[in-house]
Amino acid sequence: MRVTMTVNGHRMDADDVWEGESLLYVLRERLGLAGSKNACEQGECGSCTVFLDEVTVCACLVAAGQAHGRSVRTVEGLAEAGADGAPGLSDVQEAFVAAGAVQCGFCTPGLLVQTEDLLRRTVAAGAGAPSDAEIREALAGNLCRCTGYEAVIEAVRLAAEWTERGRPAGGPARGEAR
Amino acid sequence: MTSTAAASVVGQPVSRVDGPLKVAGGATYAAEFDPGPGLCHGAIVTSTVASGRIASIDTAAAEAAPGVVAVLTHRNAPVLPYHEHKGLTDPPEGERIHLLQDDRVRHQGQPVALAVAETLEEAVYAASLVRVSYRPESAVTAFSDAVAHAVPPGPRYRDRGLEGDGGRGDADAALGAAPVRIEAEYVMPRLNHNPIEPHGTVARWSEGELTLWDKTQWVDNVRAEMAAVFGLPPDRVRVVSPFVGGAFGSGLRPWANVTLAAMASRHVDRPVKVVLTRRQMFGITGYRPRSTHRVALGADRDGQLLAIRHEGVSETSTYETYAEEQLGSSEYLYACRDVATRYRVAPRNVQTPNDMRGPGKVTGVHALECAMDELAAALDMDPVELRLRNDTIVDQSTGVPFSSRSLRECYQAAGERFGWSRRNPRPGAMRDERGRLVGYGCASATWPAMRQAAEARARLLPDGSAVVSSSSSDMGPGTYTSMTQVAAETLGLPLERVRFELGDTRMPTAPVHGGSWTMASLGSAVQAACAEARRRALAEIGRADADLAAVLRQIGEPVEATVRTEPGDELRRYSAHSFGAVFAEVAVDPDLCTVRVPRLVGAYGVGRVVNPKTARSQITGGMVMGMGMALTERTEVDPRDARPVNSSLADYLVPVNADVGELDAVFVDEEDPHVNPLGVKGLGEIGTVGVAAAICNAVYHATGRRVRELPVTVERVLGAAVR
Repeated sequence: MRVTMTVNGHRMDADDVWEGESLLYVLRERLGLAGSKNACEQGECGSCTVFLDEVTVCACLVAAGQAHGRSVRTVEGLAEAGADGAPGLSDVQEAFVAAGAVQCGFCTPGLLVQTEDLLRRTVAAGAGAPSDAEIREALAGNLCRCTGYEAVIEAVRLAAEWTERGRPAGGPARGEAR
Repeated sequence: MTSTAAASVVGQPVSRVDGPLKVAGGATYAAEFDPGPGLCHGAIVTSTVASGRIASIDTAAAEAAPGVVAVLTHRNAPVLPYHEHKGLTDPPEGERIHLLQDDRVRHQGQPVALAVAETLEEAVYAASLVRVSYRPESAVTAFSDAVAHAVPPGPRYRDRGLEGDGGRGDADAALGAAPVRIEAEYVMPRLNHNPIEPHGTVARWSEGELTLWDKTQWVDNVRAEMAAVFGLPPDRVRVVSPFVGGAFGSGLRPWANVTLAAMASRHVDRPVKVVLTRRQMFGITGYRPRSTHRVALGADRDGQLLAIRHEGVSETSTYETYAEEQLGSSEYLYACRDVATRYRVAPRNVQTPNDMRGPGKVTGVHALECAMDELAAALDMDPVELRLRNDTIVDQSTGVPFSSRSLRECYQAAGERFGWSRRNPRPGAMRDERGRLVGYGCASATWPAMRQAAEARARLLPDGSAVVSSSSSDMGPGTYTSMTQVAAETLGLPLERVRFELGDTRMPTAPVHGGSWTMASLGSAVQAACAEARRRALAEIGRADADLAAVLRQIGEPVEATVRTEPGDELRRYSAHSFGAVFAEVAVDPDLCTVRVPRLVGAYGVGRVVNPKTARSQITGGMVMGMGMALTERTEVDPRDARPVNSSLADYLVPVNADVGELDAVFVDEEDPHVNPLGVKGLGEIGTVGVAAAICNAVYHATGRRVRELPVTVERVLGAAVR
């Protein structure tokens, strides 16, 4: 079957999709969007988290056909392109780099999507920055084996601060201490 | 070094240079490489008995399924040479399984067929249609049965310095005479690395040349192994692995996915991708072996250790002997005249274990440090004081001094940050505001500072930039970043003008990315290569003090140097180890007996720290792995048939964000002039060592219950709480 979706703002068609294929498989293997990761195939690890009509889902648990006619946003679509057309980084993405919340990088795409969602529901909606407990709970479905989550919490706090007050001009110096 | 700005790069908390690529979803991991047209997918069929022969294997239905290109079994797979090859990370004793070469089954989960199809879903479906029947043979499935037939590690391990029996003096006599004695047994279950990225390989043959995109910590060893398996000259095999989604040791050996992808690709004459499922990660890759330890300690009434007897046994497979140095730390961590260690391996019909973060030490130090806490209780002495009383500046197992040792400083720094002085020594005496029992515990940590030969190339370009390369890996610690820092500092170029490349067998040869030795080994080579390239560039214009970028523009063509460095005899003259002290606070619900860890605080003496930001994250990640070992992680193996029963991330409980409390890791100032040119001792593994012991000791302090079998589950604490 043919599956048509809006992916990161662009209309995309996937042909010859077998009915049992997951949204994750179609994104990775048919549409060339390998940013969303495949790590458990059964919704346990959160590495494949994407927005489906702006609700976060594990793409491995969504049949590709269920996404037909709907809108999907992946890690590749979190940031708007910069003025020169070069890919930019969102506040959340920049904060993860600055806080050292990225190690091997494999859980990172799912964590970024889930964090984006958390901040949209909280600080961006005028409800204030999430507490540490809220952050930990919101991200409890995204397994990370490298960082121990400490730097992840730090990154989310930083991103919340930037969302509230704006990112420092020129972005964070990448060589700077936290 | 002429540029003072660049000279201060080492030691700075530089953000990960590959961070922007990773957060944009642009880093390409093994299974994501595009090998060109015709890619097909392989799905592995695995055995369902622990030992036996394949009686029949029916592939007709699978072959007729949609999209199927081939189904490989031992009956139609190519006969491969499988020449002898043992890399440093392969067990020296025994022989690896020759995949699909005969009808023999040696463990549950052994690959017995591979279905290759146009899409993954078609391959998986075809694999489900393969019908296999077995003639089971007698098997050792229960650990307890294996222990009954445990043996010493064997002569090739002795050649590597791993003896079954070790120690000094007469521990039995000293124990008998000691005024205070404790003895206890500790059980540590099998643990799986569970990196978030599963192991996977894309294989492509082109004119007799094999290219593999693989998840590995050691591209050169994958090349050597595939050259041996397929009978190829090594230069006909290329292995590429620029990004690794975590490994913790699971990437030290090539697993079945590598050989099967290469075999299938040659068979169907198309590129083939084989990725292990999460379930197969438990049945095909290695793991930290299940172990049982017995520790006896004797001391005088002032807490001076008089005797240590430490015995341990761990599981291995029947076809290879995997042994690890579990007891070495009991011979050098503390001053003690009479020490006896006895280590055995127990063959079982399972796949071979392999190194997992802090191999040996994580296990042995857990038992020793729990026993030290029991001794402190028997002495009615502060557990920190007991450790400090037995501190030593000489490694008594070899008689040579430590190159540096800051165990005392670590206990002081971490203890102060933790607030150890607030501890009421009586178990069950502390409560938090929610009425939970609070316990404080501590433990020592140690990991050897090792170094291997390494080679790096520095290529200086006319535009004033540099590309430095070596075949190493970055499974997450930050190799890209730390090597860029060392190169920039040595060259005197700004960080942004230096690019470090790794993960390709075409690059100069790096040692295996493991053992916490990448910084010491490759860092030294990168430093030497950059210094030599800089010297050559400056020599060309005959000035030693000029600005390198200007010199390069003037020369107008690339200047290159490839340098191999190797350790001298420093590690024979000194005993080199990182040391640390870790403190845990637990909160135990008195009714439900759930254990939470509000705080973990560690201090570490690791020599020079190249990048405090990445280093801290390494340690906190290691601590949480230790917390998992303490509270939630275990691979349950069915004693009836040796099958791992909880082989998913829903049943094997890796700590999640909401499980974790406050983490604090600090490095004490430590200068080690002996260990290597950079003065680094390594910090990849030590963060995991000792954490489980600190937590168990804290649980005792909270409840009065010694939980001597990991993990510390509710049922093991139940009924213990001091009311």
